[in-house]
Amino acid sequence: MRHKGFGGSLKGWLYLLPALLFLGVFMVYPLIDVFVYSFEEGYNSASQTYFGVGTYNYAYVLRDPYFLQAVKNTFLLVVVTVPLSTGIALLISVGLHSIKPLRNFLQTVYFLPYVTNTLAVGMVFMILFKKTAYSDGLINLLVTRLGGNSVDFIDGPYWAKMFVLCFYTIWVVMPFKILILTSALASVDPVYYRAAQVDGTSKLRTFMRITLPMIAPMIFYLVITGFIGAFKAYSDVVALFGTNLNAAGMNTIVGYVYDMLYGDSGGYPSYASAAAIILFAIVFTITCINLLVSGRRLRR
Amino acid sequence: MKVVLEDLTKKFPVRDRKGRGDVTAVDRLRFEIPDGYLIGLLGPSGCGKSTVLNLISGLLQPTEGRIFFGEEDVTLLPPEKRGIGLVFQNYALYPHLTVKQNILFPLENLKGKDKLTKAEMLQKAEETAKLVQIDGLLDRKPAELSGGQQQRVAIARALVKMPKVLLLDEPLSNLDARLRIQTREEIRRIQRETKVTTVFVTHDQEEAMSISDLIVVMKEGVVQQIGRPQEVYDSPNNLFVAKFLGTPPINVFEGRVRGHRLYIGDDAVLDADSVPDGEVYVGVRPEGFLMRETGALSCRMDRVQVMGRDISVVSANDAALNTAVRAIIGTESEVTKTAASAPEGSEIRFDLIPRKVFLFDRRTEKRIFLEEGGQ
Repeated sequence: MRHKGFGGSLKGWLYLLPALLFLGVFMVYPLIDVFVYSFEEGYNSASQTYFGVGTYNYAYVLRDPYFLQAVKNTFLLVVVTVPLSTGIALLISVGLHSIKPLRNFLQTVYFLPYVTNTLAVGMVFMILFKKTAYSDGLINLLVTRLGGNSVDFIDGPYWAKMFVLCFYTIWVVMPFKILILTSALASVDPVYYRAAQVDGTSKLRTFMRITLPMIAPMIFYLVITGFIGAFKAYSDVVALFGTNLNAAGMNTIVGYVYDMLYGDSGGYPSYASAAAIILFAIVFTITCINLLVSGRRLRR
Repeated sequence: MKVVLEDLTKKFPVRDRKGRGDVTAVDRLRFEIPDGYLIGLLGPSGCGKSTVLNLISGLLQPTEGRIFFGEEDVTLLPPEKRGIGLVFQNYALYPHLTVKQNILFPLENLKGKDKLTKAEMLQKAEETAKLVQIDGLLDRKPAELSGGQQQRVAIARALVKMPKVLLLDEPLSNLDARLRIQTREEIRRIQRETKVTTVFVTHDQEEAMSISDLIVVMKEGVVQQIGRPQEVYDSPNNLFVAKFLGTPPINVFEGRVRGHRLYIGDDAVLDADSVPDGEVYVGVRPEGFLMRETGALSCRMDRVQVMGRDISVVSANDAALNTAVRAIIGTESEVTKTAASAPEGSEIRFDLIPRKVFLFDRRTEKRIFLEEGGQ
């Protein structure tokens, strides 16, 4: 038994050292640093000076209308896209799982967005949705053909912009979810389906009472990572609405942090740090709740 | 419920480098299972016995032939309309449901006039649990049960909706030796109590022999013999059946018949009045040897194994196809002492008990009956 005592575990620690070193330098240290900055008033990264220590940064950020708008946008994005994308991915996966011909082909098609560059996809969405002097955009053509009024999805009303953002996010995160769910479905032992069939179980009941509970761990995994991913949304928003997100009213929390650091109105590392810590607190809390809920459900 | 299989054939398509073709898993199967019988479908792996079970259950459709439950032709009915209970080899209990929920599951599927109230369902589930003696475990999850208990839950789940036919696929193969004997008695008891017609598949001949009313021995999709276990053991139709049944296995010798005498090597061992001259295989059950100094068959002593009640004398004979000739001799006999003391390599002699000796045609491996008219 080598792993007893320090002598045996020394080798183990040695194996872990490179990873620990990098994590320490690039993750733990910056995290602590950001935490410290967030309490230092008016910190200047060039001169390394600050006025005082306190919660002023948090008070400022929490009163900043841009930040509140960013929080609202982010929460809306999370609440709409995580359940919808997981649900739709589940439907598509079940569909893929139940067909034989073309399954591999369709799986590839559904996986394509995953390997496509975010900005390239953003351009495509611009073409689909943007209204210019020359064209209303493809979607608006459809809308007017169906008897509706054309809407500017990129520079128009808030709900239209939010719709495009959610649509886009769902479309981008879907492939990974489909990949995970199809493999989860494939891992369910078919003998359970045969047992259910012999007992005359309806398709719906088989799905609800057998398939769903068996792939539940994977669904929870997707929901948790989905929450975290959606809370950290930024590049997608830039791809759709450009870099001046505050003006467009479409900023996210990560976008706000970025703008506070490098944006046109930037140069405030203290505010950025405070916003980053708030985001961290939100994501941490929600992930804990998720784990608690899923843990109880899975143990049930 | 009587079950009749009529010329049942199942072919599976194969595609390999040689192109497309068919593999015949079950070939013109034809037998009848009387109502309330426990049938053991027996054969080596790959003989098509599981396919037969799946055909009866409806999970597979036969290529040809028909299946009747009683007078009703169920060939084209899907599994859920046949009224069968199926116990899978690995039990297939739903791991996320408790024992009670597992047993209730088939009842909750019932629709229309068969629909039961909550209380009725619960009562039925509890009755069935009591029958298989798991009534104390209803709130456990399958993972918290032993293999034998899981097996009982699986049987309860199959029985709870009162199936016309109960099908068991290798029900004991996942259990350890002691539990296997206990559980097979349990299956027998449950079957007796419910009187449900039962088919169970196994590759273990001892298992099949010990609890079946009838055994069906299969090889490569073809039925070799059907009969009561003792009948089949005492009078196998062919060399395959003779070799497949019995532990320790039957001893097979190359022999020949000359002038109404049966020879093994140079020893004339038995009279064979009705058998024409020719080359044969001679099968001798281990209990078919009598150890005598004047015995007809000469063997070279190898060793003696004492197995409690009996001893087993292991010897060698040049005409034997088995690596060793194994004779089982009761310990009460006086000869035993002499046998046990015979040195290795010395000559020992046996007489053969005629009803424990079977002759088989060298080419067809079919049985040649020794006595006039056969058995």
